[in-house]
Amino acid sequence: MAMTKSTAGTLAHAAPLHGRPHELFNALRGIARELRADKLGAFGTMILLVLVIVAIAAPALAPYDPAAQSLADRLLPPAWLAGGSPAHWLGTDHLGRDVLSRTIHGARVSLLVGVAVVALAGTFGTVLGLVAGYFGGRADTIIMRAVDIQVAFPALLLALIILTVVKPTPGTLVIVLAANGWMVYARLVRGVVLSSRQSLYVEAAEIVGCRPLRVIFRHVLPNLTSPLVTLATLEFARIVLAEAALSFLGLGVQPPATSWGLDVAAGKNYIFDAWWLVTVPGTAIALTVLSINLVASWIRIATDPRERQKRFARGAAVSEMGA
Amino acid sequence: MSAGFLLRRLGHGIVVVLGVTIVVFIVTRMVGDPVRVMLPIDASDEQRQAFAHHLGLDRPLPAQFADFFAKLARFDFGESLWQRRPAIDIVLERLPATLELVLVGMALALLLAIPLGVIAALRPGRGWDRATVSLSLLGLSLPQFWLGLLLIILFAVEWGLLPTSGRGTPGHLILPALTLALPATGRLAMIARSSMIDELNQPYVQTAIAKGLPLRRVVGLHALRNAANPVLTLAGWELIRSLAGYAVVVETVFAWPGLGYVAIQAIQRQDLVLLQTVVFVVAIMVVAINLAMDLVYKAIDPRIQLE
Amino acid sequence: MSAAAAEGPLLQVKGLQVRYFTERGTIEASRGVTLHLDRGETLGLVGESGSGKSVTSQAILGLIREPGRIVAGDIVWKGRSLLAADGAAYARRVRGKEIALVFQDPMTSLNPVFTIGLQITEVLRHHLKLGRRAASDRAAELLDLVGISAPRQRLAQYPHELSGGMRQRALIAMALSCEPELLVADEPTTALDVTIQAQILELLGSLQQRLGLSILLITHDLGVVAALCHRVAVIYAGRIVETGRAADLFARPAHPYTMGLLRSTPRIDVVRPRLVAIDGTPPDLSHPPAGCAFHTRCPIATDACMAEAPSLVPQAGGRTVACWRAFTPAWPGEAANRRARG
Repeated sequence: MAMTKSTAGTLAHAAPLHGRPHELFNALRGIARELRADKLGAFGTMILLVLVIVAIAAPALAPYDPAAQSLADRLLPPAWLAGGSPAHWLGTDHLGRDVLSRTIHGARVSLLVGVAVVALAGTFGTVLGLVAGYFGGRADTIIMRAVDIQVAFPALLLALIILTVVKPTPGTLVIVLAANGWMVYARLVRGVVLSSRQSLYVEAAEIVGCRPLRVIFRHVLPNLTSPLVTLATLEFARIVLAEAALSFLGLGVQPPATSWGLDVAAGKNYIFDAWWLVTVPGTAIALTVLSINLVASWIRIATDPRERQKRFARGAAVSEMGA
Repeated sequence: MSAGFLLRRLGHGIVVVLGVTIVVFIVTRMVGDPVRVMLPIDASDEQRQAFAHHLGLDRPLPAQFADFFAKLARFDFGESLWQRRPAIDIVLERLPATLELVLVGMALALLLAIPLGVIAALRPGRGWDRATVSLSLLGLSLPQFWLGLLLIILFAVEWGLLPTSGRGTPGHLILPALTLALPATGRLAMIARSSMIDELNQPYVQTAIAKGLPLRRVVGLHALRNAANPVLTLAGWELIRSLAGYAVVVETVFAWPGLGYVAIQAIQRQDLVLLQTVVFVVAIMVVAINLAMDLVYKAIDPRIQLE
Repeated sequence: MSAAAAEGPLLQVKGLQVRYFTERGTIEASRGVTLHLDRGETLGLVGESGSGKSVTSQAILGLIREPGRIVAGDIVWKGRSLLAADGAAYARRVRGKEIALVFQDPMTSLNPVFTIGLQITEVLRHHLKLGRRAASDRAAELLDLVGISAPRQRLAQYPHELSGGMRQRALIAMALSCEPELLVADEPTTALDVTIQAQILELLGSLQQRLGLSILLITHDLGVVAALCHRVAVIYAGRIVETGRAADLFARPAHPYTMGLLRSTPRIDVVRPRLVAIDGTPPDLSHPPAGCAFHTRCPIATDACMAEAPSLVPQAGGRTVACWRAFTPAWPGEAANRRARG
């Protein structure tokens, strides 16, 4: 037994050393090919990359300090409209702050909160899902009961209460959103673990005597990658929307920090005479969420053979062909 | 279905409502200080103590907890600090407006999404399908508060066709319902399309075609009935999310006098009693919807055993 | 139908070519299938999975779907084309009524969310315009005809409440509902237990005799063919390679592929030293080999076989064979075995 195990270990370690650069190259080539096949996916990826760069380089890219007020220049329309100023491409808000600069900085908050929530909720949910699925028994019962109950919670309303009582900072925002989001990961992971536990190779690994953690990392997690990445991307889009909604309601990001949702809320009092104040940050949110969703749908299609069939609409025929 | 199933689901529902109540209790009593939140900053220490005594906050926590639940059992949620009358009365007054908005919105979403998804599924990869998928993705990516404001700018401000806010005539309902419905339409159309494609590839569809039945019966009856479960599952979810989330945003944008709007008003006035009553009532609605969904599944798919 | 039409074969498939235009290239699922079926006859269409036999049945019933397309050939029912541009209405009338299909998998071929009764009566109501009551009476008769006990109660049951054999009987009843002249049975017993298989075959045989049905039986199982069929057509890589009366073909196979199939079929009436599968795999139909498609697996293939595909040539006794080396024993010992039996 011990010998079998060590042999298997050596082999497993040896293979990736040779394979990795080659595999990586192949993987990249595969991604490039898939992106060419899915123009919308390519579009989404491009927009998202641009957004990430904008968020990282916001201080360098923004022409003004997003919080700098200038009451003399308040409510200037975008540059191409009558009365617009070339100094403020996308106009200014009711305090004379530059809309473009605020929108650029807003990308930081949106993406940062989104990434933090996905990381936190994803990790927590995945670990609990692994425990529930792999060890089963009482742990499974308790975790899944908690998931069931929390899924039935009126999530946003609870978040409202919590954020009313606790001061909304980016930190509390992330924790509240993550507390409402971990369940989907736990459910997904548990499901995949349960089905892959029944597969022969996991059984074999267990018979050979692999320790649970080893089985999880070598045999179960690889099956999880694709559905988890898809789910995390979709959740990312959902969180960006949720942060924007909470900030819009005044319970998310607080001034003087900037957030797209906050800017839309501030602009809504001026929709009669300054439509750009809600349109610009709103478009930014919509574009961000759309590009994330496009990427998610592309990942799902590219990694799930059943979805591929749907894209190419070759369902019935292919299965008929059998061999 | 068995009475046992109903009892168990009811038990589960009670656990959920209790869970929500406990979370609300903990959050409002332990994490924050209700007195600080509710009273103005310039209140004197005597005022604070009197207020704390009025709410029973000067007693030990377990006693408060017991008291809290004893009152809940009698449907006594306390008095709204803002309106000085029982919070439950305010909530029940506002409930019909929210139900109207949410139900009309969801019906609209289903009416739009099912035909879109079904037609797309007939010829996947073709023009109509691509258009449906793209529009659905766009729809579900729109932030509702922004969509609502855009609709107001276009229909109310620019064209003056519909009122900007409030409730009263059917015209008042159109924009809020549409705002609530459009993102849900996107998600529902995607799932309708996806499950219809799955079903249309099932052998029983081939059987139905081979029987010489007309296409509209094969698609609209045989396949659609099987595809209905995932679609209705999501619709139930959307209903819950609308009630417990989206409605807050949409009602705020359109000043629609429902539960969501009153929740925001309660927050602005630091009226925690009213806010927790809203949450409690919504939690009960959510539990009721979940139970109703289980019964709907059973009605649609005879294979489902409710144990 | 006119007397003239009635004289010819009931069904003719002429040079049928079906292609699937997939993401990974064009698959030639059917490369010129030609066969015919007379009234009251049971024809077995035999081949491995992927040989194009199911495609043939789907083409007959108009079930070829995107990305599949019939690119050439014709399907003629009682002398009139089902594929002709002006034949759409005719085809709609015929399919489901005069030609009915029994599917492979009774588990999935019935709609799980509707009762057996609804699924049978909807055919009767659509094609025969029966009323609700009449349709349900007829449906109960049909269930009785296929040997389902307590038919009235069964009508109210859902597919998952019936056993596998029962479901297949229900599917057959559904197919028979409009008194079709041709029953196309696509692997009707593959998904069933062996004992149930025998019962279903027996049922098909007795229905064929009682109702004067024609049956096109599609199968990979020569045992099933032997039990039921008058004539056999063997299909390989999208083409018919051999046809003939079942008895003749079993006694003296002409095509090496048929010989191979017989060698790999267990039989109780012949003691065989061992069962041997044919070496190799069926060809990839996105790139069918030049010449005879079987040459890659054929032990007696010659240069001629690789150069040019043989066409179906009539032989004595109403048989046809597509092989340059017809009747040449392909596997050692096989001929001796056959002769011993004959």
